[in-house]
Amino acid sequence: MEKIIEVKNLHVSFKTHNGTVKAIRGVDFDLYKGETLAIVGESGSGKSVTTKVLMGILAKNGIIDEGEVLYNGKDLTKLSKKEMVAIRGKEIAMIFQDPMTSLNPTMTIGYQISESLIEHQDLDKKTARLKAIELIELVGIIEPEKRYRQYPHQLSGGMRQRIVIAIALACNPKILIADEPTTALDVTIQAQILELIKELQIKIGLSIIFITHDLGVVANVADRIAVMYAGKIVEYGDSAEVFYEPKHPYTWGLLASVPDMDDQDNELYSIHGAPPNLLYPPKGDAFSARSEYALNIDLEEQPPFFKISDTHYAATWLLHEDAPKIEMPQSLLKRIEEMKKGALNHGK
Amino acid sequence: MLRYIGKRLLISIVTMFVILSLLFLLLEFMPGSPFNDEKLNEQQKELLYEKYGLNKPIHERFFIYTTNILKGDFGVSYTIEKNAPVSRMLETRMPISIRLGLQALVFGSLIGVVLASIAAVYKNSKWDTMTTIFAVIGISIPSYVFALGLSYFLGYKLTLAGYPIFPMTYNLYRPIQSSILPTVALSMFVIATVARFMRTELVEVLGSDYIMLAEAKGLTAKKVIFRHSIRNALIPVVTVLGPLTVGLMTGSLVIERIFGIPGIGDLLVTAISVNDFNVVIAISFFYSLFYIIMALFIDVIYGVIDPRIRVDKGGE
Amino acid sequence: MNQLDQKYDKKSFERILNNEDFQTDVVYKGISFWKDVNLRFRQNKGAVVGIIFILIIAFFAFLGPSMTTHTYRSKVDDHINLPARIQGIEKLGIFNGESNGINVYEVRGLDDVYYWFGTDTLGRDLWTRVWVGTRVSLYIAFLAVIIDMFIGMGYGLVSGYIGGRLDTFMQRIIEVLSGIPNLVIVTLFVIVLNPGIISISLALVITGWIGMSRVVRSQVLKLKELDFILASKTLGAKTSTLLVVDLLPNIFGQVIIMSMFSIPSAIFYESFLAFIGLGLQPPLASLGVLINDGYKSILVYPHIIVSPIIVLAILMVSFNLVADGMRDALDPKMKQQ
Repeated sequence: MEKIIEVKNLHVSFKTHNGTVKAIRGVDFDLYKGETLAIVGESGSGKSVTTKVLMGILAKNGIIDEGEVLYNGKDLTKLSKKEMVAIRGKEIAMIFQDPMTSLNPTMTIGYQISESLIEHQDLDKKTARLKAIELIELVGIIEPEKRYRQYPHQLSGGMRQRIVIAIALACNPKILIADEPTTALDVTIQAQILELIKELQIKIGLSIIFITHDLGVVANVADRIAVMYAGKIVEYGDSAEVFYEPKHPYTWGLLASVPDMDDQDNELYSIHGAPPNLLYPPKGDAFSARSEYALNIDLEEQPPFFKISDTHYAATWLLHEDAPKIEMPQSLLKRIEEMKKGALNHGK
Repeated sequence: MLRYIGKRLLISIVTMFVILSLLFLLLEFMPGSPFNDEKLNEQQKELLYEKYGLNKPIHERFFIYTTNILKGDFGVSYTIEKNAPVSRMLETRMPISIRLGLQALVFGSLIGVVLASIAAVYKNSKWDTMTTIFAVIGISIPSYVFALGLSYFLGYKLTLAGYPIFPMTYNLYRPIQSSILPTVALSMFVIATVARFMRTELVEVLGSDYIMLAEAKGLTAKKVIFRHSIRNALIPVVTVLGPLTVGLMTGSLVIERIFGIPGIGDLLVTAISVNDFNVVIAISFFYSLFYIIMALFIDVIYGVIDPRIRVDKGGE
Repeated sequence: MNQLDQKYDKKSFERILNNEDFQTDVVYKGISFWKDVNLRFRQNKGAVVGIIFILIIAFFAFLGPSMTTHTYRSKVDDHINLPARIQGIEKLGIFNGESNGINVYEVRGLDDVYYWFGTDTLGRDLWTRVWVGTRVSLYIAFLAVIIDMFIGMGYGLVSGYIGGRLDTFMQRIIEVLSGIPNLVIVTLFVIVLNPGIISISLALVITGWIGMSRVVRSQVLKLKELDFILASKTLGAKTSTLLVVDLLPNIFGQVIIMSMFSIPSAIFYESFLAFIGLGLQPPLASLGVLINDGYKSILVYPHIIVSPIIVLAILMVSFNLVADGMRDALDPKMKQQ
């Protein structure tokens, strides 16, 4: 498949009052045409920062120390502001976490959609209006003409997120970055929005980077999954591989902490401790301090990626030939078996 | 929205009523007030009794007094310009004061908005620091200190061929040059207040999600700042217009005095010191009226320009 | 993404087991709220400078007048309009009693006379007058804080905590009161009570507390609904306990911020009224009175106005800086990032 984005050895740090925070410490990934790549991780793992680099909207105190982001042969990190403005919105679009705050409260919905049409497609106001109304309809909102004239606070959260999606789609982007687009929504609305994104992807042929901390959400949308922890990717692979044959203890923890409807007896699992403070990045494996499977070497050296299959890699010393053979916990194994069954039953 | 305006209007009317009562009580009971001045002769007393109905019961007197005021009849001045109707004294002075106040408000707000925008967009730069320092100084130091400094250094010391460039005292024949120094002195407070308030608002807006979305849309930085940020940050700035009006009124008392401007602020100071009650009451009345109308106006305009309030606000 | 073909020591791959560190949650050492506030306040350069200046000014306000032999009411006819002259420093070419290149002291044959800030048009020592005048400003500052604390907080607490009809009624009163411009209230007080410190103080009492009561009320309304207050209530805490133990500590930050901001505005009102002749009356001194005095002869003897203006300016800026610093330290959310 054709690569549309290549991120190579990306390092990003933030200058703060207390010192330099190494938010991203060497991230590599590719995005293929037409696929949905999910980046999963806790808050602070660097997943949002990564997408901001792609969009060129890193906060002012953020610095790209190293690495490149190739899009159509161009390195996005080296583009001038002007060149970036032409790509942003037009080629790569983004939707954000909280629809309640991501629309300008003092402007009509219509204006906010047509603004971007006028900006990138040189449409006149009248055509832009028609196109905007079309878009509102496309994202599944009825009475588009009425909504066109309304202000954000007159719409519900789910509707606002649909509008944000409409804005993102306004210029037929090739890539859509969705930064936790459903986190702030009710569960039923979540499903609707996910459905909408999937539908649009097929209709328009988008490549999607889907950022989330919720593996449950990912299961439905992602083709491939990258798990991020403390500024690095620790495991990546096809959706099924990461779900059914996870190798990294952090991924185990993440999977175990997804609430299970069928299993009412067990306590909800949670990973002990908190991610390391990236003001002082650990020398070895960042997850070792929270892992019950930590090895001596984890304290000394960061693990490289170990190949599991052509598409599946994980960065943990447990995969080294000299390491003790450790399998995932029994309870998780059981859950995965059930998940597989469930997926079969749903005809997937 | 209409209900809200109605409620605000009602409170304003009650406030005005309280102020009128206070002013009336002052007239009624203060020794040396025109109602009980011992120096009046019988004939003058007759006239007063006739006009204000002083021999009638107190509630009727209050009614007569209020009607007179609402008709714009504030009686005559007793000491400053003997027997001149107060309304005529105000007629010539009011426009001068209002013009000065408006000039300072417009000039100060413009400069304040520009400073705040530069400071917020280039946050933590030296421009930001300078604006912050300027704002602290402008808010801290009373306008009369600025006025004294300006009148001494620019009005007195700065001359062109022995002729002052900016007249130190008000010159009726050079109204524009005359009003430059007082406008600047009066607007320092406005600049500082607007700059400070607006900077905070703008910094917040610039960090908001919808600005991130506007950026993500691929708008140029200029459009993001002017169309999305400054516009939104300006809306809450309307609320400081209230305190600013009070500041301008207060400031005008001293500034008119320092620059010898024949406005109502200067007149009020004189009237208080010579106990010219009718003048004091008239000016107090107008100040209050102006302030109340301003407060009402701000509330309503805020509702109009901010769509969130425009639709939602109906009662509390 | 390539696999490394390095050889590692076997021991490296032994599991670290039964180590407490890997099983327990990391608990960061907490800093107490007030310690944190203190830390943040001290990091604010402006606020620290402000505090230092206020302390210096307060020091001189109390001890300054007794540092010289001149007293604050004594007029010496030969000593009128003398510029500043300070022992020792005069050799440096400043504060040497010169005005327009002429040493006024020598011309008048006053060789061993020193007035640190000079004298006014009546021959009174400005040093003592300025510092005695500063006392008035400090008194006003103190008064403003007391009024804010007691009246404003009390009103806000009662209105917010009891709520219901009483709250509505009390809020209407506030709305009406705040509709009257301060200037008009002060004017009326001055007329009724004659100019002086009492009428200024009373005007402050009437107008000064409204802002504070609003802030306290809204804080109380917000806190009242929070779980810890409800918990206390359900556990049967008395109203007084609730107010003092649960509510007050949580609104204290806001209260301090508000009262700090009321200081400069109170000082301003006093000096302003004095300047237009409606405040303290000469021969009593306040900074406003002295500035007004100096203003009368600003063109001929500009030195008279300089010292009170500088002290007033420093005092106002310092109190504002401290108030800003307090706000940033106590309420980091409000900080202008």
